[in-house]
Amino acid sequence: MIYVNGDEHQDAATVAALLERLGFGEQARGVAVALDGEVVPRSQWRSAQLLPGTRVEVVGAIQGG
Amino acid sequence: MQYKAAETFSRRSEPLAIGGRTLRSRLILGSGGFTSLELLASAVEASGTGLVTVAMRRVDPTARGSLIEVLDGLGVRVLPNTAGCFTARDAVRTAQLAREALQTDWVKLEVIGDAQTLLPDATELLIAAEQLVNDGFVVLPYTTDDPILARRLEDAGCAAVMPLGSPIGSGMGICNPYNIALICERAGVPVVLDAGVGTASDAAFAMELGCAAVLCASAISRAEEPVAMAYAIAAAVTAGHEARGAGRIPRRRLASASSPLEGMPDLG
Repeated sequence: MIYVNGDEHQDAATVAALLERLGFGEQARGVAVALDGEVVPRSQWRSAQLLPGTRVEVVGAIQGG
Repeated sequence: MQYKAAETFSRRSEPLAIGGRTLRSRLILGSGGFTSLELLASAVEASGTGLVTVAMRRVDPTARGSLIEVLDGLGVRVLPNTAGCFTARDAVRTAQLAREALQTDWVKLEVIGDAQTLLPDATELLIAAEQLVNDGFVVLPYTTDDPILARRLEDAGCAAVMPLGSPIGSGMGICNPYNIALICERAGVPVVLDAGVGTASDAAFAMELGCAAVLCASAISRAEEPVAMAYAIAAAVTAGHEARGAGRIPRRRLASASSPLEGMPDLG
């Protein structure tokens, strides 16, 4: 089990695999990811492992400021 | 006598540059509060702005992308903020997320100290500014109207300083024009009046005090007619900038006749 934006989700092997399962496109344009509070550069999405219990934040731009 | 076109006298040809980039307009638009993306797009066009703020939040994969697509389509650049952050740590992480998501190293740095007033936390703000500058960001900090803090932020390497006129969304205008003028006189980086603008005259006043630009969200997005207000505030920014350059007359307590007293007819 992992946590994505506060909700429980099934395990995924990597950040890239998770984003694909969530329905983000290949490039997931406008999206950034943090694992347990640490920002994961886009270049590491394919290699970044998701251990059980990881807190994943998937964020993007909304209106504000 | 030949009259020159009004544009001949304009200072609009002096564009504002922040962090080595030239901005299309001296009005920066906040995207918050617009009730639809269509309204936001119309306001962007009416304002003539080249830079629009966005916030970073958790995304729903089914709703992604549309705001950025709209802003890209309008040809404006995005300025991500760290709104909602109460610590330097959260603000730095949010800026890093924005850089990854939006491929920009610009950030409007906000570190809030109090949920009621939304006033900046000076200590955390300076810590976050130093860390982000060291990490290669072009930092535009939302700050109090304290001239000393503004100087410290500039010394930390911020590309601009953005003092508040009054609390975010309050529409109270510029509560301490003395401090804003003092910041403008002493700053070596552009000063952007951020927060507090209620209507066009506030924006003009900011520019007359010496600000290089005005950042405005609620005054436009929450006006009865946001698109009309976007146009009005953009015109006020231009007017204030021109007036500042033109040099106002000094204030005096008593009248100074503008008609000569010599040559008065004897009507006795």
